[in-house]
Amino acid sequence: MIRKEQMSIVAHERISDNIYRIVLTGDLVDEMNNPGQFVHVKIGAQAEPLLRRPISICEIKQERKQFTMIYRKEGLGTSILATKMPGESLDILGPLGNGFPLEAAEEGQTALLVGGGIGVPPLYELSKRLVEKGVHVIHVLGFQHKDAVFLENEFAKLGETYVATMDGSYGIKGSVTDVIAEHNFSFDVLYSCGPKPMLKALAQAFPNQNVYLSLEERMGCGIGACFACVCRVPNSDTAYKKVCSDGPVFKAGEVLL
Amino acid sequence: MNRLAVKLPGLSLKNPVMPASGCFGFGREYAQFYDLSQLGAIMIKATTLEPRFGNPTPRVAETPSGMLNAIGLQNPGLEKVLSEELPWLEQFDVPIIANIAGSTMEDYVQVAKEISKAPNVHALELNISCPNVKKGGIAFGTIPEVAAELTKLVKEVSEVPVYVKLSPNVTNIVEMAKAIEEAGADGLTMINTVLGMRIDIKSAAPILANRTGGLSGPAIKPIAIRMIYEVSQAVSIPIIGMGGIQSAEDVIEFFYAGASAVAVGTANFVDPFVCPNIIEELPKLLDQLGVEHISECTGRSWRKSGQSSYCGA
Repeated sequence: MIRKEQMSIVAHERISDNIYRIVLTGDLVDEMNNPGQFVHVKIGAQAEPLLRRPISICEIKQERKQFTMIYRKEGLGTSILATKMPGESLDILGPLGNGFPLEAAEEGQTALLVGGGIGVPPLYELSKRLVEKGVHVIHVLGFQHKDAVFLENEFAKLGETYVATMDGSYGIKGSVTDVIAEHNFSFDVLYSCGPKPMLKALAQAFPNQNVYLSLEERMGCGIGACFACVCRVPNSDTAYKKVCSDGPVFKAGEVLL
Repeated sequence: MNRLAVKLPGLSLKNPVMPASGCFGFGREYAQFYDLSQLGAIMIKATTLEPRFGNPTPRVAETPSGMLNAIGLQNPGLEKVLSEELPWLEQFDVPIIANIAGSTMEDYVQVAKEISKAPNVHALELNISCPNVKKGGIAFGTIPEVAAELTKLVKEVSEVPVYVKLSPNVTNIVEMAKAIEEAGADGLTMINTVLGMRIDIKSAAPILANRTGGLSGPAIKPIAIRMIYEVSQAVSIPIIGMGGIQSAEDVIEFFYAGASAVAVGTANFVDPFVCPNIIEELPKLLDQLGVEHISECTGRSWRKSGQSSYCGA
């Protein structure tokens, strides 16, 4: 069930170039059970910034009623968010959307998790749950440059982890698709979150495999009412899916990228 | 006595607060948060004869205290609205105001004729002011003669009272309102969004795929107040006011300007509970203001004491 709650900030820190990790606590965490979902954050009670900010859920600690978000400080909203201190509260609406299907990977199978930039965080809770289930995980994480890399150690504890940077300043030089092509990984399911060109390349590279993609789009309400974040469905002029409420995770081929 | 009850042509409202068209879909999303029967009415998303996909994305962009949208009247079309959305809404004790749009006058007439027969549709809202569709929409709302002609045609076929939604993107809104009143409209709803634009600082390209969009939210509230203040003094049909309403205080300001009911739009995106919260706050605010019944507030900013305004309560 979707709830709206004033949640308390437990911890808040910068973890790399303009990337922040924030831990929140509250009853709303009871509703979080699906990696890949997101929350809609109202930053302050005033009219500016007006709209909520959709931010993915990175880690869920149900027993402690805590969850973690990792976000990039970029515009007005996230710049104000970055100044919030532990003890302050945030207006959270969530959990929203449909996450990654855990049941797509069975015990003993291999899942390839591919993240690009700020698309990396939701894969962390996913990887934890897959490992718990006995699924073998391989992570391929792409970033712009060395200073933008985050969560590498956390992912490395869960399974094989490859990091690529576009400028070659850290890890393998190139894109995540370069890394995948070079290693020729064999896998049963691919889960991905990141920029649209990356998702498109993955869908094209593995047309006959089980691929799940988490999309990003500018949103209004986050609950499916405003029709801001729709995407087209193959072979129809009028059919659509909403990224916020039908997604953000779709099976490759379900929507047009 | 229900201090919030308001009577308008075709509408007997338990309170004067309703979600605005395009900001509430057909109610399904908000029904997971509260009982829609609490609302005064619901203005459903604009319905056209055929299903429409709308504009490419990005369709929204934030602005100072507001947002731009260019959805492009995406909707499932008349047939589906009649067979699925309106029957689903019948489970709630709430009158529906059906917002209708089209590309040609014939489109409007056909949609009006059919949708006004639905049992829970108590009034129509004629959308002649959407800034985001190329054909129709705003063109009908910027030329008084065209708006009047369309109002007449729709009035002839509609089984329920017809409210016309005014565009703020005109030089003289009073002239437009008078032409529509003379053509037989039962009421006015105002204002629709204000035409606007944003450009990305890195790419130098417009942020919205449609380039321009409609500005809504608190940023446009003063424009709405001014226009309702002017129009309400020039016409004798009631006005449902909208444009940036977020609180019970905002509602009273709209009433003082000349509105007889209000619609809440963008604020639903910020807080899904905003409508029931405002409805709960209104009686407390009336107490503070020493007002017995909310209808007493209509036009108070310009009405001389003792002078009557439209008040159907």
